[in-house]
Amino acid sequence: MSTLRHAVADLGAGRFEYTASRRLGTWLLCCVGVTVLLTAISLLIGTTSIEDSLKWLLSPDAQSSVVLWQIRLPRTVGAWFAGALLGLAGAVAQGVFRNPLAEPYLLGTASGAALGVTICLMAADASVGGLALTGQIGVTGAACIGACAATLLTVTLSRGVLQTASLLLSGIVTAFLLSAVTSLLLLTKPEVWREMQTFLLGTTSFISWSSALLLGIVLCICIVPAVLLSRGLDALTLGEDTAQSLGLSLPWLRLTLLGVVALATSTSVGQVGIVGFVGLVAPHLVRETLSVNHRQLLIAAPLCGGALLQAADLVSRWIIRPAELPVGAVTACVGGSYLVFLLWRRSRDG
Amino acid sequence: MFERACVIVALFLGAPAAPAAGFVMRDDLDRSVALAQYPQRIVTLLPSLTETICALGACGRLVATDRYSDWPPQVRALPKAGGIDDAEVELIVSVRPDLVLISRSQRITGRLTDLGLVSFALNTDSYPEIAHTVTVIGDILGLPERAKRLNESIGEAVHAISARAIARRHGHVPTVYFEVDGPPYAAGPSSYIGELLGLLGARNIVGADLGPFPSLNPEYVVRHDPDVIFVSPSEVAHVADRPGWDRIRAIREHRVCSFTPAVRDTVVRPGPRVAEGMQAIADCLAQVAP
Repeated sequence: MSTLRHAVADLGAGRFEYTASRRLGTWLLCCVGVTVLLTAISLLIGTTSIEDSLKWLLSPDAQSSVVLWQIRLPRTVGAWFAGALLGLAGAVAQGVFRNPLAEPYLLGTASGAALGVTICLMAADASVGGLALTGQIGVTGAACIGACAATLLTVTLSRGVLQTASLLLSGIVTAFLLSAVTSLLLLTKPEVWREMQTFLLGTTSFISWSSALLLGIVLCICIVPAVLLSRGLDALTLGEDTAQSLGLSLPWLRLTLLGVVALATSTSVGQVGIVGFVGLVAPHLVRETLSVNHRQLLIAAPLCGGALLQAADLVSRWIIRPAELPVGAVTACVGGSYLVFLLWRRSRDG
Repeated sequence: MFERACVIVALFLGAPAAPAAGFVMRDDLDRSVALAQYPQRIVTLLPSLTETICALGACGRLVATDRYSDWPPQVRALPKAGGIDDAEVELIVSVRPDLVLISRSQRITGRLTDLGLVSFALNTDSYPEIAHTVTVIGDILGLPERAKRLNESIGEAVHAISARAIARRHGHVPTVYFEVDGPPYAAGPSSYIGELLGLLGARNIVGADLGPFPSLNPEYVVRHDPDVIFVSPSEVAHVADRPGWDRIRAIREHRVCSFTPAVRDTVVRPGPRVAEGMQAIADCLAQVAP
């Protein structure tokens, strides 16, 4: 009787897994479909009307080819990669910190990147030597250096990566500290404020093929270790003690995964500035629609994040064309509204 | 084009000596500001206001300025009372000013009034407002004749630069993209810089309907293919690296201008040095425009 009951239970579990994986497959296919559709639409959306863009596609001249294939397409591809990196970083951060409100910028990366860019812009404005130096590093390089330095500072302040609470607190302290330094510097040099604002609100305006390629390579580098260590994240959801009792090396696991978060976030910030909410919302969107383990989440969240930022990029260049909105403002509006909706639904359901 | 916003109530308008009954003027926040005498201890919180006072020969009446006021050189030694959004009230009080000159957008007005200080707000965002500011400050200082002469000399210099620049090009109107900050905030025709470009007979590729400083989609610049591009010095080396921008005629033919910070101040500050800033733009256009 007992054997029969187990057999039925196994059968049920197998059917559930089959249904779940089918749902995941359908979901992933939908996400890829949406991405392809958004990519196609992105070729039509810019400073011209859709009719003109269609004419360009059908009979391109030298100028329209540049606009279509060197501006619009790399921009949308790069936006997808940047969103995917943020989605991946958000999913990993939420798993490592076992906190659904964790986001990619939790380690102080955004503040570090902002400080790096501020120093870069101020140096460029201050002297010829500074201009030459920043010419070599560039805003992107400065953002990456700042983000990496901030992550190191956070890990140093928390004396390693073992204590979750300490790491979270250190991240918050680092973010506040570096933001304060950035604000003080900006007060002394208001000329760079507007340029900084562009960076702080996020922009996909100048993504080139080389930027998109870099983002794509870093996504590949980040997603492999993240997926390989996803079972560790599953074990972590049961608690640190349980994870360790299952034979996991917690310091190594955390260090690697936080390295993934730092690399993904700093690369994204370096290329598109600080784009909020994508890293927070993408994993939530996946979990809201699917029942997934971490391996599935770490594949689905980047797809979702990529499509989200791609859509936000389209909105940012469409609404007030030929001017454009900062893409981070669009993601903040959409992402913020979605989180409010989630809160409202939870309070309604008790 | 513009109207004087002040109403002078007192007598002895043209005399530098203090009026017996004091006087009341209306500032650009539409407040009636009563002054017992021509102010002798002035704090300015905007570089263009500092420059205007000094251009009227009253630099000696300044007791403090904002931290960005750096012209003429003698104002650099004065106490610095913070910036546009973080004015240092304590320092302002400590220098015992009888007038604080501020811009209309500064929020410090209420605090100054609470502390018993007299403040006067002026709007200086456009070329016509330069003359307005000079006239009003001339009246406040009791130097209306000097203000009149300064306005005349500014007007003549601007007119001469404009006429020379237009005549030199023999009817050709260069198309221009002026990036005030990257990436890419442009100066529209309704901005101060846009007004200067218009006076120089250049055609701004940015439409007037986009406002003074629109954040443009970069493909807009590629599509409009301007003859000349103005960017900040830090962007000169990188502007060709922007996606698709290497196909822009101005960049292919090296018609990209930028200004050193000192020259840039004259270009972006609507003040008495307008002719200097305009000349800098005109020189660049003369050098590189086709």
